[in-house]
Amino acid sequence: MRYLPKSPTERREMLEVIGVRSAEQLFESIPEQFRLKAPLPLPGPLSEAEIIRYFQDRAAENARGYTSFLGAGVYQHLRSVVTDAMVQRGEFLTSYTPYQAEISQGTLTAIFEFQTLMCQLTGQEVANASMYDGSTALTEAVLMAERITGRHRVLIARSVHPEYRQVLATYAKNLGLAVEEIGYGESGQLERSKLTKENLANVAAVVVQSPNFFGVLEELPGLADAAHAAGALLVTSVAEAVSLGIVRPPAEADIVAMEGQSFGVAPSFGGPFVGVIASRDKFVRQMPGRLAGQTTDAAGRRGYVLTLATREQHIRREKATSNICTNEALFALVATVHLCLLGKEGLREMAQQNLAKARFAQAELEKIPGVKRVFAAPSFNEFALEFPRSVKLINAALLREKIIGPYPLGTHYPELTKRGLVCVTETMPRAEIERLAAAIRRILDSPI
Amino acid sequence: MSSKLTETEAPAATIRKAGRQVSQSEGLIFEKSAPGKRGIELPPLDVPAVDPVAALGPEFARDHVDGFPEVSEIEVIRHFTRLSTWNYAIDLGMYPLGSCTMKYNPRVNEFVARLDGLASEHPSQPADASQGCLRILHDLQKCLLAITGMEAVTLQPAAGAQGELTGLLMIRAYLESQGNARKKVLIPDSAHGTNPASVVIAGYEVQNIKSNDRGQIDTDHLREYCTGDVAALMLTNPSTLGIFEERIAEIAAILHERGALLYMDGANMNALAGVTRPGDFGVDVMHLNLHKTFSTPHGGGGPGAGPVLVKKILEPFLPVPVVTQKEDGRYALEHVRPKAIGRVRAYCGNFGVLLRALAYTLAYGPGIRQATEDAVVNANYIRKQLEESFDLPYNLPSMHEVVFSDARQKKFGVNTIDIAKRLIDYGFHPYTTAFPLIVPGAMMIEPTESESKEECDLFVDAMRSIAAEAETNPELVKSAPHATRVGRLDEVAAARKPVLRWKP
Repeated sequence: MRYLPKSPTERREMLEVIGVRSAEQLFESIPEQFRLKAPLPLPGPLSEAEIIRYFQDRAAENARGYTSFLGAGVYQHLRSVVTDAMVQRGEFLTSYTPYQAEISQGTLTAIFEFQTLMCQLTGQEVANASMYDGSTALTEAVLMAERITGRHRVLIARSVHPEYRQVLATYAKNLGLAVEEIGYGESGQLERSKLTKENLANVAAVVVQSPNFFGVLEELPGLADAAHAAGALLVTSVAEAVSLGIVRPPAEADIVAMEGQSFGVAPSFGGPFVGVIASRDKFVRQMPGRLAGQTTDAAGRRGYVLTLATREQHIRREKATSNICTNEALFALVATVHLCLLGKEGLREMAQQNLAKARFAQAELEKIPGVKRVFAAPSFNEFALEFPRSVKLINAALLREKIIGPYPLGTHYPELTKRGLVCVTETMPRAEIERLAAAIRRILDSPI
Repeated sequence: MSSKLTETEAPAATIRKAGRQVSQSEGLIFEKSAPGKRGIELPPLDVPAVDPVAALGPEFARDHVDGFPEVSEIEVIRHFTRLSTWNYAIDLGMYPLGSCTMKYNPRVNEFVARLDGLASEHPSQPADASQGCLRILHDLQKCLLAITGMEAVTLQPAAGAQGELTGLLMIRAYLESQGNARKKVLIPDSAHGTNPASVVIAGYEVQNIKSNDRGQIDTDHLREYCTGDVAALMLTNPSTLGIFEERIAEIAAILHERGALLYMDGANMNALAGVTRPGDFGVDVMHLNLHKTFSTPHGGGGPGAGPVLVKKILEPFLPVPVVTQKEDGRYALEHVRPKAIGRVRAYCGNFGVLLRALAYTLAYGPGIRQATEDAVVNANYIRKQLEESFDLPYNLPSMHEVVFSDARQKKFGVNTIDIAKRLIDYGFHPYTTAFPLIVPGAMMIEPTESESKEECDLFVDAMRSIAAEAETNPELVKSAPHATRVGRLDEVAAARKPVLRWKP
């Protein structure tokens, strides 16, 4: 087997040194009745070429070559081959968690840069080394707010990604955390009138997402004021991180939970992505996850270490701030390399292109009779449209033209049937936007 | 050319695996930044430009991001390449971190994970357009069920710790459906820290139980603690000492008699794959760490994936969605399952990691047993040759890892961390230090099957040589490492006055 570096002779020599006749003997501590007598019924073994063939065959069964207008938490953005070349260096790819700082300065320095970039983007003071993804980052941010305030009730906007809310519900259930939802108004923004003094009493956090699931920007300064007046924190989720290139950062939030997939990470059918939690310095000891910090060695040379580990499970066990251990370090590195390449101007230009293309698409689609914009508040690269027909039916017809159409909002919002969420990023050519518009027009013109 | 060895440097002849080499200095990327540079150019905009302030309103528009780097492509390449050379990695050599299973990460797995049609797929696209992805998930499920002997599986958890939580939530839901969720989860004192941390999030109390003098679960003690309040025992098997729980059948029986379940932390599955199946020895719920046993790259700390495998009785409680195959052979995601614990992560988990684990499994097929045998042979080969030099606190047969202690070196003032740091000078990553907690001064060594006899021999030589140094020149060991860019870093200062980001 090509992954195993021992010859039959070497195996024999090693067994002799150990003092056993066969490898079987080394498993005698396993009770006899539990030892397998026959090989496992597994497919394989496959050579490298056969493995590639298997996965190429699977790729052909997917939507390869289709044009997709899906966003809804996962975004198709420009990626540079440079990023992948860096990340595929074995010294990054095949290294362990940097507990041994002296031989992990590469990873630790990159994490420190990641933390800095995340602070700059979010307007926060401190960011961690990564969380699993946006959904779990949001949940951990809520649990962090609970620890900080000592309160056990949260108000979460219904316009937060539905799957993020489902994850929060799973975690909250056994922790005595009451999660109550607040609706959205006609603008698509959180219904401010619901944030009354009474409703905010004993609330640990008001939780919103911006741009929210409908693509609409939330007015964070006002929400922060309302939350703070009641002694609650504002937790803000960011699922489309490229928005931060032109949209005001969630600086008023007390905790930001972000999905960094937009920064150079492939959609990859939903993961691995890179979550991050950013917050204020004063809350750092309540943060979950790893943190890299700067220090020096005895000779005064600058270096980086994992720090404030007394928050973490391997030190604090049941009293830890979270059970997270493995994070998404490699994808934090992807985001770091990607953002260094983009830089100040590139990120801004990318965000501007998203805005321009989404506005163009919106105008094109709104020209179709019966197609209307649903929400009035400003949006970034996603917008909800109302169609005269079921979105699923439209999508089934679009699929035949190799177009993956709008995300059907009715899936999670019964009141929003016939509404679909369209996402257009900088990667979408104008011609494809026009093809979508023409196809929808044709579909709506034809009898059902 | 005259080189005079300083007192703290070892004679070069004793260090065979590594030599010295110039390493490039490099500042932070922010320190290289200058206005007007960039590393990516975008294709020109093919629709009318929009002014953000006009489109979003001044209250929503942002100027530029303060302090963001501005560097060219070559500077980015040099920067990250230089940083990378400051890391140790499996691709450079043995990584004997006990309990971490740092094995070779096959390159073909990286290739297939990036294929167009796999990396490009959106998790919300219709099932009709995702049959390939769903089949990959389903095929992996079948492989993992065969390897573990369990009966149902979820691939959703993003890492081992999240798998633990998922398994515990399923246990809770199951017991609730039986009328009583119970209060406590038993955890041996040798367990990973994630176990108790996960128990708390699942709403249970931790009840620690002591190992016996052989490092095994004390079954009398277990009987005493396994009251009607106990929901489950979380057991790592083989334990973090690398020892199989010989009385596993009795342990399972004690729990089952009292209506509690047996949870197995599968962190050490690398000792068992193809040899024995947890499903056969009484395990009700377990998780796997695909970034350990199934070779997906650790990437400097993640990503991982922590599938949870269960017996039939727990299947109704699996998180949603569940990947299923319909009668017509098509694959689907089942979202409506009334007893499900909910969702633990958005979408279908870390698909890209799951895919790599399948590629790994397909490469071996039934031959996965050979990998397990080689891993156990390597651990025992190293154990045998280091027994003379280091204290072995528990001498039951080792499986995939062996735990020594620094008891003999302590006499010379040298502890496990000193020896670990000195290993760096010999060209190795340290073993796991100070874990498991039941061994004072633990030195936990797991070579995995990826190491050749030659690499194991070099490691043995290095460890023996350090043992000798500890006697003859303890200062040399205590002040190690000597060959790295930076020496031991001041962790106390880092924590006392945290500097967690660059500032201009």
